[in-house]
Amino acid sequence: MRSFRGFVIKEFYHIIRDYRSLLILFGMPAVQLILFGYAIRNELTQAKFAVVDPSHDVVTTELVNKMSSSHYLQFDGYLKSENDIHEAFKAGEIKEVVVFDRQFAHKLTHDGVADIQLIADATDPNMGRMITGQIMGIIQQFQISGTAGGTPGRIQITPKERMLYNPDLRSVNLFVPGLIAVILMLISALMTSITITREKETGTMEILLASPLRPMQIIIGKVLPYFFLAFLDVVIVLGLALVIFHIPFRGSVALFLGESGLFALTALSLGLLISSVADSQQTAMMMALGGLLLPTILLSGFIFPVSSMPWPLQWLSAIIPARWFLVIVRGIMLKGVGLAIIWKETAILAGMTLVFLFVSIRKFKVRLD
Amino acid sequence: MRTIKFIIQKEFLQIFRNRGMLPILFVMPLIQLIVLVNAATYEIKNIKVFIVDQDQTQVSQQLTGHFEGSKYFTLDGHSSQIAAGKEAINEGKANMALVIPHYFQRDLKNSKHASVQLLINAVDGSAASVSQSYASAIIQGFANQLTKESGAINISTGNIRIDDNNWYNPELKYTIYMVPGLLVVLVSMIGMFLTGMNIAREKEIGTIEQLNITPISRYQFILGKLSPFWIIGMGELAVGLFIGWLLYSLPIVGHLWLIFAVAAVYLFVVLGLGLLISTVTETQQQAMFIAWFLLVVFILMGGLFTPLESMPIWAQKVTILNPIAQFIEVMRNVLLKGSGPLDIRFQFVDLAVMAVVVNALAVMRYRKTHA
Repeated sequence: MRSFRGFVIKEFYHIIRDYRSLLILFGMPAVQLILFGYAIRNELTQAKFAVVDPSHDVVTTELVNKMSSSHYLQFDGYLKSENDIHEAFKAGEIKEVVVFDRQFAHKLTHDGVADIQLIADATDPNMGRMITGQIMGIIQQFQISGTAGGTPGRIQITPKERMLYNPDLRSVNLFVPGLIAVILMLISALMTSITITREKETGTMEILLASPLRPMQIIIGKVLPYFFLAFLDVVIVLGLALVIFHIPFRGSVALFLGESGLFALTALSLGLLISSVADSQQTAMMMALGGLLLPTILLSGFIFPVSSMPWPLQWLSAIIPARWFLVIVRGIMLKGVGLAIIWKETAILAGMTLVFLFVSIRKFKVRLD
Repeated sequence: MRTIKFIIQKEFLQIFRNRGMLPILFVMPLIQLIVLVNAATYEIKNIKVFIVDQDQTQVSQQLTGHFEGSKYFTLDGHSSQIAAGKEAINEGKANMALVIPHYFQRDLKNSKHASVQLLINAVDGSAASVSQSYASAIIQGFANQLTKESGAINISTGNIRIDDNNWYNPELKYTIYMVPGLLVVLVSMIGMFLTGMNIAREKEIGTIEQLNITPISRYQFILGKLSPFWIIGMGELAVGLFIGWLLYSLPIVGHLWLIFAVAAVYLFVVLGLGLLISTVTETQQQAMFIAWFLLVVFILMGGLFTPLESMPIWAQKVTILNPIAQFIEVMRNVLLKGSGPLDIRFQFVDLAVMAVVVNALAVMRYRKTHA
C-alpha cells in the first residue's frame, strides 16, 4: 500500500511540474466552452433574401415589408429577373429568393389566386427549410389577417404551444450542456492515453515493471491524479456555463457532480485502453484525437439528434460514452430529472468503465518485448 | 533541389515504415467519411406524440387520426390526464403531447373556433420548432377539411399559392452537404496532427541535432517536411471526392481543377500551421494539444455543422482567420452550385495570404542553433 501511495504521489508530481500542460488542461476547456458557447448556434438570424417583383404593387410591397421586418430575415434588394438568381446564389450571400407573379395584386383580387415562388439555396437543407418556413408563415399570416375577417364560417383551430424546459428555444441551452460532455470526454481521454505510452517511449516503464507494484496498482495510480484534474475541469466548466450563459440548472447538483465523476472515469479508462494498445505517443494521440473527435461530436447527439440518424448509426452511437452522458446532463440541467429516470444511462456508463478498465488491465504487458 | 529530395525521401520512408500509423493515416479518415456523413442530419422524423384526449368525441378522434396518418409523427400513448403527457415527455418517451380539451367538438360546432394545446419538449429548440410547424400544418389542414365539409364558404378565393423550390439540393439530402465539409476536416486533421508532431518528435528523440548539422537550409528543411504530407493530403482529397461521388452521388457541378487549385494552397496553410506549432513546442504532447485546440476551434466555428450565419457578428468576422471555414465554403459552392473562380476569389486570396504568412513564420521560428 505504501509503494502504491508513493506511486500516486510521483504521478501527481509529474503532472503538476509540467505547468505548460497544466495550463492547457485547465485553460483550454474554459476557453473552448466560452468560445463555442457563444459561437455554436443554429437559430435562423438575419438570413439574406432577395426579391424578383415584376408587378411592384401595394400587396407585394407590403409583403416584402412584412418579410424585412422579421428579425430572422434581412432584405438584400431586388433582382431584375429570374435569370439572375443563379448568379446571386453562386456568390453565396443570398439564401432565398422570393419571386412574385406579374400583376400580383390584380390577379389576387380578380382571379382570386396569385402565385409566389419561393426559391431556396438548399445546399444547406436545414437552413433552406427554415427560411422557406419563415417566409411561408409570414405569407400565411398576411393572408389570414387580410381575409379571415371577411370570411365568416371558416372553422378555426388554434394550436397553443407550450415549449417545455426551454421556452425561448435558445440553442445555447442545448449546446452548452453538450459541450460539457464533449470537452470532458476529449480532454480526459487525451490526458491518459499518453501516460503509459510515454513511459514506454522514454524507457521508464522498465523501472515501473521491476517495482513491486501490481499492474492493477499501476493503472489505478495513473488514473487517480487525472481523475482529480478532470473533476476540477467539470466544476470550472459548469461554473462558466451557469454564470456566463445562464443555463438553467433544475436538478440536483450532487447528482450532477456524481454523474460527471463517473463519466470522467469512463473517459479516462478509455484513454488507458488506448494507451495500452498503442506503442508510441504518436499512435496513441492519433487514436485518441483522430479517432474520437468526430465520432464524439457527430454520434453523441451533441449537434445532430440521435433519433434522426439511420438505425445502424443509432445502434453504433450506443458505444459512444458521450451519448449517454449527454442524456444525463441535459436531463439534470434542463429537465431536473432524478436518478429514477436516468438510472439506465448511469448503469451503461458504469458498465463501460468496468469493461475498459478490465481490458486495459488484461492488455497491460508486464514484460517488455 | 537534391537536398530537398533526400528530406522528402526520408520523411516518406518514416511514414511508411510505421505500421501502426498507416491504417490511421489512410483507412480511418475514409471510414469516418463513409460512416459519419450519415449521422449529420437535422431531418426530423418519427416525432413521438402522446395524445391527451379529454374530449373523447368523434371530432377529437378524427384529429388524432390525422396525426396517426402523418409520416412525421408516431403515436406513443393515450390518456385523458395532462399529467400523464407531461410525465411521458419528462421521461423522454414522447417529444410532444397533444392536448384536446373538454368541449372541443361542442365549441367547434357552436362558435366555429376551438383550441388545442401542444406541449413540446424544447430542449432541442430547433427540433421543437420543426415539430411545432408540422403539428400546426396538420391541425390547419384538419380545420380546412372541416370547413370544406361544412360547405360554408369557398376557401379557394383570395388565395396566395406558394410554390417552394429547393435549388442545388432538391431532395434536401444532408449527405451531399456534409461530404465536402467532412472531407476538408479529415484531410486537415491528418495533415495538421502529423506535421504538428513532426519536428517536436525529432526534438524529443534528439534526431533534430543530426538534421541541424547537415548543410540543409531552413527553407529546404520546411519545404522538405511539408511536401510528403502535401502529397498525401491531395491524394486523400481525391480519393474522398471519388468515394463521395460513388457512394453518395455527390454532384460535381463546378470545375474539379478549381477544387484542387484551392486545395493546393489550402494544404500549405494547414501543414504550415502544423509545422509552426511544431517549432514553438518542446514535446509532442504540447504540440498535439495546441494542434487539437486549433482544429476544434476551426471545425466548430467553421460552419461545418452549424451555419456561419447563426453565429454572432464578431464570430463571423473571425472566420477570415479560419482556413477550414474558407475551404469548406469553396468546396460546397463549387461542388454543389458550380461557383466559378470569380465567386470564390475572396476565399482564395484569403487562403493564399494565410499560406504565405504561416509558412514564413514557420521558417523564421525554426532555428538550427539552440537559443
